[in-house]
Amino acid sequence: MAPYLRPRTLAEALEALAGGGLRVAAGCTDLFPATRGPGLSGGILDITAIEGLRGIGESAAGWRIGATTSWAEIARAGLPPGFDGLRAAAREVGSVQVQTAGTVGGNLVNASPAADGAPCWLVLDAEVELASHRGTRRLAVADFLTGPRQTARAADELLTAIHVPRAAGAGQGAFLKLGARRYLVISIAMAAVRLDIQAGRVAHAALAVGACSATARRLPDAEAALRGRRADAGLADAITAGIVARALAPIDDHRAPAAYRTRAALTLLRRAVAGLCAERAVA
Amino acid sequence: MNRPETLATLRVNGAEVRVSSPPGRRLSEVLREELRLQGTKVGCDAGDCGACTVLLDGAPVCACLTPLAQALGRAITTVEGLSAEGLSRLQEAFLRHGAAQCGICTPGMLMAASAVLAVTPRPTRAEAEAALGGVLCRCTGYARILDAVCDVAPGPEPLRPVAGAAVGAAVERLDGRPKVTGAERFGADGAPVDALLVRAVRAPHAAARFAFGDLAGWAAARGVRVLTAADIQGENRFGVIPPFADQPALAEAETRFRGEAVALVVGEAATVAGLDLSAFPVVWHPGAPVTDPAGAAAARPIHAGRPGNLLTAGRVVTGGAAAALAASAHVVEGAVETGFVEHAYIEPEAGWAEIAPDGTLVIHACTQAPVMDRDDTARVLGLPPARVRIVPTAVGGGFGSKLDLSLQPLIGLAALATGRPCRMVYDRAESMMSTTKRHPARLTARIGCDAGGWLTGMEFDGLFDTGAYASWGPTVANRVPVHASGPYRMPAYRAETRAIHTNNPVAGAFRGFGVPQAAILQETLFDRLAEAAGLDPLDFRLRNALRDGDRSVCGQEMRGVGIAQCLTALAPRWRAARAEAAAFNAGSTVVKRGAGLASCWYGCGNTALPNPSTVRLGITREGRLWLHQGATDIGQGSNTVIAQLAADALGVALGDIGLIGPDTALTPDCGKTSASRQTVVTGKAAVLAGRALRAAILARANRGDDAALRFDGGRLVVRDGQGETVLDLGTLPEIAHGYVLLAEETYDPPTAPLDADGQGRPYAVYGYGAQLAEVEVDTELGTVRVIRITAAHDVGRVVNPTLAEGQVQGGIAQGLGLALMEEYLPGRTENLHDYLIPTTGDMPEIETILVEVPDPEGPMGAKGLGEHALIPTAPAILNAIAHATGARITRVPALPHRVLAAVRAAGRGP
Repeated sequence: MAPYLRPRTLAEALEALAGGGLRVAAGCTDLFPATRGPGLSGGILDITAIEGLRGIGESAAGWRIGATTSWAEIARAGLPPGFDGLRAAAREVGSVQVQTAGTVGGNLVNASPAADGAPCWLVLDAEVELASHRGTRRLAVADFLTGPRQTARAADELLTAIHVPRAAGAGQGAFLKLGARRYLVISIAMAAVRLDIQAGRVAHAALAVGACSATARRLPDAEAALRGRRADAGLADAITAGIVARALAPIDDHRAPAAYRTRAALTLLRRAVAGLCAERAVA
Repeated sequence: MNRPETLATLRVNGAEVRVSSPPGRRLSEVLREELRLQGTKVGCDAGDCGACTVLLDGAPVCACLTPLAQALGRAITTVEGLSAEGLSRLQEAFLRHGAAQCGICTPGMLMAASAVLAVTPRPTRAEAEAALGGVLCRCTGYARILDAVCDVAPGPEPLRPVAGAAVGAAVERLDGRPKVTGAERFGADGAPVDALLVRAVRAPHAAARFAFGDLAGWAAARGVRVLTAADIQGENRFGVIPPFADQPALAEAETRFRGEAVALVVGEAATVAGLDLSAFPVVWHPGAPVTDPAGAAAARPIHAGRPGNLLTAGRVVTGGAAAALAASAHVVEGAVETGFVEHAYIEPEAGWAEIAPDGTLVIHACTQAPVMDRDDTARVLGLPPARVRIVPTAVGGGFGSKLDLSLQPLIGLAALATGRPCRMVYDRAESMMSTTKRHPARLTARIGCDAGGWLTGMEFDGLFDTGAYASWGPTVANRVPVHASGPYRMPAYRAETRAIHTNNPVAGAFRGFGVPQAAILQETLFDRLAEAAGLDPLDFRLRNALRDGDRSVCGQEMRGVGIAQCLTALAPRWRAARAEAAAFNAGSTVVKRGAGLASCWYGCGNTALPNPSTVRLGITREGRLWLHQGATDIGQGSNTVIAQLAADALGVALGDIGLIGPDTALTPDCGKTSASRQTVVTGKAAVLAGRALRAAILARANRGDDAALRFDGGRLVVRDGQGETVLDLGTLPEIAHGYVLLAEETYDPPTAPLDADGQGRPYAVYGYGAQLAEVEVDTELGTVRVIRITAAHDVGRVVNPTLAEGQVQGGIAQGLGLALMEEYLPGRTENLHDYLIPTTGDMPEIETILVEVPDPEGPMGAKGLGEHALIPTAPAILNAIAHATGARITRVPALPHRVLAAVRAAGRGP
């Protein structure tokens, strides 16, 4: 019978993983839907009992979010306003039930082009921490996600944490998701935005779009277009259709055609930016 | 390091229990199969429906997504844990508000609600919506569930109407309690522990020929049995309309749609559940499938004897439509296209079969049509009907699809072959792939009116993709032309339909039998015609509404017509909504509001064909009164409504009635739960039986018509103005079935066949309705939010207001899904995350207005309602979108990209 391992230490987990033949299980909210039948089959390495893989830590360098931290914990976490987009996404992932079990690490490793977490991590300049018996390395999320259902994780590596540098916690974040219904919906498009506004002008802008490319993408040209501008009602218009279209490579599927996705991404980005400017005006 | 757990302790509902399941087994499976806690339901095994929601340390999770290993050491709470000391307040609130219809989602709803209530004892509507957003319900439209969650404080005592006061009373459903405790037994529940498990091998291609390899060797290597069409002893062909029966229970050499079953694997559950059926020895030779109904006439025939792939055609003609249109002051024409729509009940098909000691094959399964199941299953298996007994389980939603056979002949075959109880539970993909869908429609029409806005004529052509087998295709083809005029005076009319075979999924019955599709075209064209005539859409409809004494397009003289009353009931909100939308739009550039209307009518029961129901009422020597109620209650409430009608007809308190059935061995035939016929047809049979039993009692007691009846132990006290007679039931001779007083009555609605032009009397009773949708359209994203729906439905006589409103709310939810999000694509949307149905957050506020225009034929004036409520919703929403933005949607669902394209085409985008 194939083993089901649920170690309590990382060392045990990495040792087991090095032996091969195991699938990593965390919240199982992607693993079970891909499983027909009454239970997980094949060798399983369940990492949810490992101390230290769960929870949020803060240091001078920034924040470390353990891989098995659930979306529900993110939604409740006391994190600075730069994380507001991530926290909003945490309340949009699947359902309340999925948020209880689903983990931030699993969401990235599963690498769905429509993963709600991905664009949020991108605007937080996040890096993943990958551990193996060979050692530990860190990789930008943008480099970690290599394609639909594809990552840079080696077979013997475990995604153990997500790191957000101190500087990326600055400013205010926002997240907007578009689907064909309110809850429990796979995104047609989504946008994550983080703006750091100093003295009425955009000191730093981070924009990302999900579900409109093989992986979620940052939009550096759009960010450049915002940088230095006055953070007022007209700011969002600096994001042009051309900039957005050039940055994305959406597909046609049963949820929406590609051209619609591009247009929706533009609208979501503009709205997220305008919303942050309006919020600031009220504050 | 933990080793694989083989024996572990689980803490469930406060008790420690030992389990021996493997650690990777779904917690839902452990609870249901090992611990036999079957209140936790499984709807999708993918976290998409939330039916299996349980609490882990107080937090809601899907048990289907939780490996056993992760539940160890944590406190698990299931629905069974909510009522350890009697019903909880939440469960009481669910009963009081009528929050459970079929009941399959109820445990999940209760658990998700428990989690939020523990933190937020008095949630707002929005908080409740968010908390329940992960649990799908297909019956209720969520309104009453949210009402209950927001109102758990103890309420008034349940109504217990006295004799004669049951009809019209909002009594709690009689079968409600087990639905809120988790005790209700659906198709997947309650099978014998030692039942063998049956799984089907299904076609992965839309059209293919196939050949089996070494079946015996494959089976022997795994210790299982394999059954194929070669094992079928009877006629391997079934269908709901016998002259068109064409579907094999297991395909022979050729499959005609993706998901068609070719073989069964039967064996011990532990062996069969985990088998990889992709290794099954079958070789497929895929052919070129016919997928486009428009091209199917010229394609290769899918069935011998059906040239041009034409299953059947329907036709209703009166007056001279072409000439009338030519002479009309205003004519509009248009086309509408709809796709496959999946019923998406939360309970996939499930059941088990066993051989009774007397040799009868007993099938326990979810169904809407037990007697049809019996006869068709018997035919396939080569048994006389009397040797097959159908015992319907509770039905976790049907909406038309569970009228057709699904697993009944398969589990029957397995039980006959093995002599053991055999059980089958479809998984979600299997259910979606292999069962029927709403017919996709391509419709065109022209409608005209004169300068004064009076309708002059209509031409309608409908092409329906009926898929691979006949199912209810003939019914759709025949029902649509009768209804495509809407409930209006249409002096000249030509409506023609065709049901065309393709290699697409089998299209069958789905709430409305094609009429909702036709109404989308007719009602949206009416808005354009009203505009052309310079009339307000409501005034235009009222002017042309059918009135008593008018003739329908079939030439039937109509009585008890309530459409004008429904439209009139909407008028105040209509005027306000149009004005509010205009005011809102004056100040909003991106988001636009609109209000739209649509009507419906719908004939109750079979179209110009017999469809009798028979009801038995009996009193035992012990003084127990039993109602043999053969109408399957799929959540709509016939267990309660039929009893209410019987109680008042007999003159006893509702509480005096005990329910038996449905069960083909115990209940006379009440036909199928379809065509909005049970309240009307079975209800009328119940009234007749009640009156007959009353007459028998009064004759025996020699008392007058006004006598009151009272049960007093084994005695029946009959009192009129002259005095009282006490019937000592224990001394009376048994008449039959163990009863000393008995009545059995049959009712078949009086209809008359339609002639070649569709002229005749297709239905004895019709129901009517009109709905007003208010929407908000985001003109940059094309998203539509329905804010409010006001629904006025003429139900003749309201038998149970709570249940009637539940039907309206649930119908609206399905209509909203049809309008905005639902489209089944074979191979693409075979799950509940790609196939979207409305969640709590998608439903508007619904105001229901029940209009009572008594029907002269219906029981105590009552009319049907089940399908009516769905019909106006989609066109009302589309009309509201057009009002908001000018966008005319001609293809549903109105997904955001389609709406955006239409908004831009209308030149109204920002």
